[in-house]
Amino acid sequence: MYLTKEEELILAGEYGYALQKAMEILVALGEIYNADRLIPIKSAQVAGVSYKNIGDAGIEFLKDFVNSGAKVSVYTTLNPAGIGDELFMEKQREIIELYKAMGIEVTSTCTPYYGANLPKFGDHIAWSESSAVIFANSIIGARTNREGGPSSLAAAIVGKTPNYGLHLEENRKATVIVEVNTKLKDFADYSFLGYYLGKALKNDIPYFKNLKPEKTDYLKELGASMAATGSIALYHVEGETPEYKHAIADKLERIEVDEKELEEVKEKFNAEWGEIDAIVIGCPHASIQEVKEVAEILKMREKPLKVPLLITASKAVKALADALGYSEIIERYNGKIIADSCLIVSPVEKWYRGIATNSGKASFYFSSAGLKVRLENTEKLLLDAP
Amino acid sequence: MKLKGRKITKGKAKGVALVSKKPLSFLGGVDPKTGIVKDIESDIKGESIKDKILVFPRGKGSTVGSYVIYQLKKNGVAPKAIVVEEAETIVATGAIIAEIPMVDKVDISKIKNGQIVEVDADKGEVTIEE
Repeated sequence: MYLTKEEELILAGEYGYALQKAMEILVALGEIYNADRLIPIKSAQVAGVSYKNIGDAGIEFLKDFVNSGAKVSVYTTLNPAGIGDELFMEKQREIIELYKAMGIEVTSTCTPYYGANLPKFGDHIAWSESSAVIFANSIIGARTNREGGPSSLAAAIVGKTPNYGLHLEENRKATVIVEVNTKLKDFADYSFLGYYLGKALKNDIPYFKNLKPEKTDYLKELGASMAATGSIALYHVEGETPEYKHAIADKLERIEVDEKELEEVKEKFNAEWGEIDAIVIGCPHASIQEVKEVAEILKMREKPLKVPLLITASKAVKALADALGYSEIIERYNGKIIADSCLIVSPVEKWYRGIATNSGKASFYFSSAGLKVRLENTEKLLLDAP
Repeated sequence: MKLKGRKITKGKAKGVALVSKKPLSFLGGVDPKTGIVKDIESDIKGESIKDKILVFPRGKGSTVGSYVIYQLKKNGVAPKAIVVEEAETIVATGAIIAEIPMVDKVDISKIKNGQIVEVDADKGEVTIEE
């Protein structure tokens, strides 16, 4: 891989330990994936925040990094943190402070694009958090690989990323055509489709035909579910997403998805209400439109929910929901908006036996943690709940 | 015998080879306090990786594995060097932050458990003592 004079000096340690380590990570990845050079990035989104995920090892690494003067050089936002007992929260705060000390904005959300960190079409970025990666690539048309926590942090510090994978035009073409032969009506239907395809497609770039998503949020959920059950980082939707017109280069394999495939996912997550201890909405973090929808559905109920409703969102969306009066309605019905955090990176298995949700991504992780799961569209979920 | 590979992280080391034929996950697969492999599916379960030349095809599992490698180093139970067939981001990043010499693109079927092996990561070479 070609390095500029300055990049060589960074690698040699002339600018200190932190920059050197960050550069070593980028150069190693560049060599592994045959990048020709490093390219500047516009922003980074850093995962590896929850104490549940990074543990004491992660804290030690971040501490050593901060003590050696590590600072980000591009606009960088942060993934959600975990929630847990007193000891957990103490460690969690320590992690947040370490990221803050590096100059990272403590946005603590998996949906940075709903506020603080919104790239534009064609921007090169280095994002971790699989649902944010697939959103940025597919819906915005920005360019990022699926970074892990340490590599997005390294890119944020150097301000560059190795030029390979989805940064290159030729690697952004579709690899399979997906014909959806059934009408998808709501958020949960997109969850079912994403959950099914993530497992069925592995590393592909799907090109969707016959998909007419009413809302951006539906596409967000489709991508998040595909990226959770598989490792998909980019998809195209005919007539909808920004790169679809040039996405088909060769004759491609076709697969069809019918009602039957979606039903299979639905049947997998059909826990009874008696087994449910909480309703979770906001995976990935809810938009203000989703919060509004929840408030409006709740108003159709006669009684508050017996099972508590937890909506996870960014603090920007929570502040807006407070200002617009939605939070108050939600609280009246035994609901709560939780900002900065995420239940799938928290020790949920200690608290709950079963969770009802509208998210395919959440369903995947909650069932992996051993919980019973009910997956259903938002309206049915909130009106049927005891 | 000399095997050619490619440098991932710099450095040199010599030690006893611990060879796994299966991919290795560090998160949940290796105890960061003792360096003992605890993954029940691993063919080197129960072995200590401390001060060994750790040889395996590739990493698997969570990207948090990078931090586990860092913890192994801090606790003084890390391998002296890592030799793999195919480097991926988890193990490569772990080796860099923990400063463990690492080489990839090596035909690991040539290395037997217990052999004395010298790794020169700068040259991308692995030498097996006869």
